Amino acid sequence: MDLATYRLLQDIGGKLALLGIGVAVFLAVVGLILFLADRAPKKARDKVQLAVFVAPALLLLLVGLVWPALQTAFTAFTDGRGTFTGFQNFVWMFTQPTIVTTLLNTVVWVVLVPALSTAIGLAYAVFIDKSHGEKILKSLVFLPMAISFVGAGIIWRFVYEYRSPGYEQIGILNQIIVWTGGEPQQFLINSPFNTLFLIVVMIWIQTGFAMVVLSAAIKGVPLEIVEAARLDGANSWRIFWNVTVPGIRSSLVVVVTTITIATLKVFDIVRTMTGGQYETSVVANEMYTQAFRLGEPGQGAALALVLFVMVLPIVIYNVRVMRKQKEVR
Amino acid sequence: MATPIPDVSRKSARRTELGDRTPRTKTGRVKQQLTSKWATTAAIVIAVVWTLPTFGLLISSFRPESEVNSTGWWTIFSNPSFTLDNYTSVLVSSGASSASLGSYFVNSLVIAIPGTLIPLGLALMAAYAFAWIPFKGSGPLFVTVFALQIVPLQMALIPLLQIFTNMGINGSFIGVWIAHAIFGLPLATFLLHNFISEIPGDVIEAARVDGASHTQIFTRIIVPLSLPAIASIGIFQFLWVWNDLLVALVFSGGTADVAPLTQRLAELSGSRGSDWHLLTAGAFVSLVVPLIVFFGLQRFFVRGLLAGSTKG
Repeated sequence: MDLATYRLLQDIGGKLALLGIGVAVFLAVVGLILFLADRAPKKARDKVQLAVFVAPALLLLLVGLVWPALQTAFTAFTDGRGTFTGFQNFVWMFTQPTIVTTLLNTVVWVVLVPALSTAIGLAYAVFIDKSHGEKILKSLVFLPMAISFVGAGIIWRFVYEYRSPGYEQIGILNQIIVWTGGEPQQFLINSPFNTLFLIVVMIWIQTGFAMVVLSAAIKGVPLEIVEAARLDGANSWRIFWNVTVPGIRSSLVVVVTTITIATLKVFDIVRTMTGGQYETSVVANEMYTQAFRLGEPGQGAALALVLFVMVLPIVIYNVRVMRKQKEVR
Repeated sequence: MATPIPDVSRKSARRTELGDRTPRTKTGRVKQQLTSKWATTAAIVIAVVWTLPTFGLLISSFRPESEVNSTGWWTIFSNPSFTLDNYTSVLVSSGASSASLGSYFVNSLVIAIPGTLIPLGLALMAAYAFAWIPFKGSGPLFVTVFALQIVPLQMALIPLLQIFTNMGINGSFIGVWIAHAIFGLPLATFLLHNFISEIPGDVIEAARVDGASHTQIFTRIIVPLSLPAIASIGIFQFLWVWNDLLVALVFSGGTADVAPLTQRLAELSGSRGSDWHLLTAGAFVSLVVPLIVFFGLQRFFVRGLLAGSTKG
């Protein structure tokens, strides 16, 4: 065994040991606390146990999420080094052409991805409903859901790969263009259409999600109503719009809002495929770049706040829906 | 969010009982055949377009270096040649410029397992308390936790990094574990609460009357009964952590000591963006675990997906 392999194995061994210790310590601490709470004096027992059950999660959320989020909201109005600068960062955001492009790109993403993923997912779910091999057909479209955005980014960069005219193309999209007699394109570099080619990747991932959820919902539409509509002479198209769609409305809302939120926060795809260059940046990517690459935490925080404000209406809507459901129960 | 997914199992069962829906008139039948022909074609086109990119990547990862970078993967059918060299070179070859993904693969595992167990454990406890221990402010507190799941994690990154740096756990596994625990908690708590609160109250009441403490109820009743939910949500959290890039970039410090596969791949995609023999094999190494989870546990996977779908 040579030295390099030995080092590698030693390194792996050390890390796995760390993994074991980490898990063991966590389980031991939780177990011990539960055990001690069980031994607490009878009078205080319920209170102690309540604290033991909720405190760890609430504490982590308070220190790790709520407090940092408040701090970020505050930092957005400073230069990131403690000096209060009012709306300076927001003025910067809406006057800097590159950042304005970033904001507009995000809007394009948020409009196109939920609409197209849901439409394609729904169409596919309807087309394959009760067909032979429905399960396999579902898996094929659903598969990208399991893949990381980074992996998906590489897969699609390979699809878009460009070689100058005259050379053999290795990306399938350019090869198809060449076969049909066109000029190969630099899909990821030529603005503004490069943003659309990045959006395709997100649609590719999210369609499977839409399809699975909507397919389950479609199967829940009572057959009696479909049958009755058919007897009344409605064709498949009318049945789809007047029976199926109203029947799955609540699932449609879930799908669209979920994909919208995921799209607002999209980061990895842009980072892996273009790094935000060539006018393809989006808010989440720009936030990372400003805060962690360019050393501008104030501007990064302002972008994070914008992201939060964009998500806010959806949060409020969902809390309302949940409240209503609780009342019904 | 996870809210209004209808329970489908019963209804679909009834549908099959009623049998096939064949149109009763001649024109109706013709119409349906026409639409279904177009529908089938469209479905096949979608299925092919959705599969081809991954398929091309897989094929390419087994082609010799010189060929991956000079000819399209579809030429493999006229000119077949396969090799495992790409995998050996991304996984084990050492040296400053090598991908050495083997090491990062281990990092991903070391991050993802506690990154799943810790939030799941804590969320299970909190969910039980919210569901079955009545206390003042329980309702509003739970709604707050629910709302937190949609706070973009970007809102927390900068201050959290500061906190970790002060504590000296930035760039260590512990820091990454804690970060994933924090970001995974709201959704996991919400989903587990949904499940746990459906457990029949009589069971828990009976145990309380018999003098069982909350700890005993939790370990002897709640945990065993919740295992299916734990499995579904656990798979989701695991994949989320395994596939994450942002948390890793901010908290891992970026060295081979801690950084996961995704981070290394994103780096390679930037620095060695045209070495397709390495990128294709590397991407596939990162896909292996999610694909195993996907095909092996698809039932749980779909169930988890239907139960809840947003993530911070």
